Amino acid sequence: MNRYAVKLAIRHLLAHPGQTALLMAGVALGVSVFIFMSALIGGLATLLTQRTVGSIPHAVLEMPDRDPSVLVPSGAAQVVLQKDLSRRDQIAIWQPAVPIIEKTPGVTALSPQIRGSAFVERGQAVAPVGVIGVQPGKLSDIADIDGAMVDGTSTLPADGILIGSRLAGDLGLRVGQVVRLSSDRGRARSFRIGGIFSLGIASADRQAVYMNFTTARALFDLPTGISRIEIKVQPATDAPRIAAALRRSTGLKATAWTEDNSQLFEGLDAQARTGTIIKAFSLITIVVGIASAMLLSIVRRQAEIGIMRAMGASKGLVVSIFVLEGTLIGLVGAVVGALAAWLALLPLPPVSEVRSGGLPIDRAQGDFLLAVTLTTLAAMLASILPARNAARIDPVEAIGQ
Amino acid sequence: MSADPIFSVSGLTKAFGEGEGEVLVLRGIDLAMEAGEMTALLGPSGSGKSTLLTILGTLMRASGGSHAMLGVDLMHASDAERTEFRSRHLGFVFQFHHLLPDLSALENVMMPAAAAAGRETRAMRSRAMDLLDAVGLADRRDYRPSAMSGGQRQRAAVARALINNPVLVLADEPTGNLDRQSADQVMDLIRSINRTMATSFLISTHDEHIAAKCQRRIELLDGRIVRS
Repeated sequence: MNRYAVKLAIRHLLAHPGQTALLMAGVALGVSVFIFMSALIGGLATLLTQRTVGSIPHAVLEMPDRDPSVLVPSGAAQVVLQKDLSRRDQIAIWQPAVPIIEKTPGVTALSPQIRGSAFVERGQAVAPVGVIGVQPGKLSDIADIDGAMVDGTSTLPADGILIGSRLAGDLGLRVGQVVRLSSDRGRARSFRIGGIFSLGIASADRQAVYMNFTTARALFDLPTGISRIEIKVQPATDAPRIAAALRRSTGLKATAWTEDNSQLFEGLDAQARTGTIIKAFSLITIVVGIASAMLLSIVRRQAEIGIMRAMGASKGLVVSIFVLEGTLIGLVGAVVGALAAWLALLPLPPVSEVRSGGLPIDRAQGDFLLAVTLTTLAAMLASILPARNAARIDPVEAIGQ
Repeated sequence: MSADPIFSVSGLTKAFGEGEGEVLVLRGIDLAMEAGEMTALLGPSGSGKSTLLTILGTLMRASGGSHAMLGVDLMHASDAERTEFRSRHLGFVFQFHHLLPDLSALENVMMPAAAAAGRETRAMRSRAMDLLDAVGLADRRDYRPSAMSGGQRQRAAVARALINNPVLVLADEPTGNLDRQSADQVMDLIRSINRTMATSFLISTHDEHIAAKCQRRIELLDGRIVRS
């Protein structure tokens, strides 16, 4: 690093402190916008993902669909294997798959389930529900039922069920009351309501009924098999990759949550793209601002540059001075902007505590370092062309001799 | 004329423009200077004085002829070589002082040396102090040019021209912007430096009073030397 170039660059900046401060303030503003957008877009994505994936399985493993297939492809007569509608889809041999799934990297929880449709009957009132039979101890592995209990307890005795708050409201049910459940397999029995939960998801709170795994087997006539295995993964965005891996290792049909929530992903993607565009524009603004300021500075200093060249200063020295000048404006402006943004975002609550109506800004996703680095680089690039022009100044013309 | 001149040019021509619009400013200059000479270059405006000084100072290339200094063929040297040569062997004083406004008098005097070295050294600083002392500006070393008088600025410019210990200082109307008293001060300064440091000076002027202070005079008219 040419120390003399550094000295002259700093002198140039200090010679017009007001103008320098204004330029740096402009850069700082651009950097703040950059960081704010990163924090907001990142926070929004986190919030929406958290809200969406919090209570749903990240992947569901089921029996593969048996589509009609042609068994003998040639000849006049075709032999077609038809889907067997007389039996329900079930994973008949599921125990061997459990250790394989558990050992798959990224999988954090697993819950084998018996699923079926049923009607809840209480007096004259009837409501259709989806019954979820879960193993004791795995109740909250997929959706946090324990944390969502509003009444009663979350234990699952053989004759107890947990129902959602909306269903309870619709039918006027309370903890301790007995209701009758008729399954779509034609079986029916009475259950005591052990607890009421509220997940905040209307469909679940109105239609989900949790019961003991073993009881569900009897109710849905599934003596050995299960309906599905639900899993959670970390991070949730890895679900498609992990689902594909599980598809290969277990031979089951694995559906990642992203497939059923493609709209959310498109939304997040569009958001991220919008953020990138805004960030790019703030960088372009910085580049244009610094380049024009450098061009002006060089025009103003034409005679000085000429005299330095006449006195033996190399073109390299002249380029260094002005590139350093621009880079310093970018660096100092960026650091100030990053610091200001950090301070401004400091009092905001973390994304998980954002109330509705508030902006979910995640300071951790503010990309502070990236903003400072990119801005400094942009400032350097912005000053290279003007600096090269400065080095080409003809001393004779500049001095006016 | 000595057998060992510091520079020599012969048949030097300079044309500006092309074709019908071509203007021949220098029409074949033959000139050499010995070490330690103080020479006045006289001539009316447009006679080619400044152009000759600019070419001798390697700030511009001649259109034809030969130009050699200290054994280096400057006609055919590259731009980088000429810049390096300029920095090591030549000093300049212009009609306007052209001091850098953001540097102090001391820093301005050091500038040509610091620009070549890439930094300011203690040795440069002490030489610059000696030079400021020699031009009578020791007490103005921390002043910016804007806080100095015209004569002081031009004396600082003379000190700056000497920082790299040049063989030849080219001065283009160095007193053109000064009142008589300041002009005399600057000329006396140049003469004393010429004597004590044996630095050669080539000074363009149209002022007989200035020319009278020099040992040798060369008169230029319409791009030719008419008296030497």
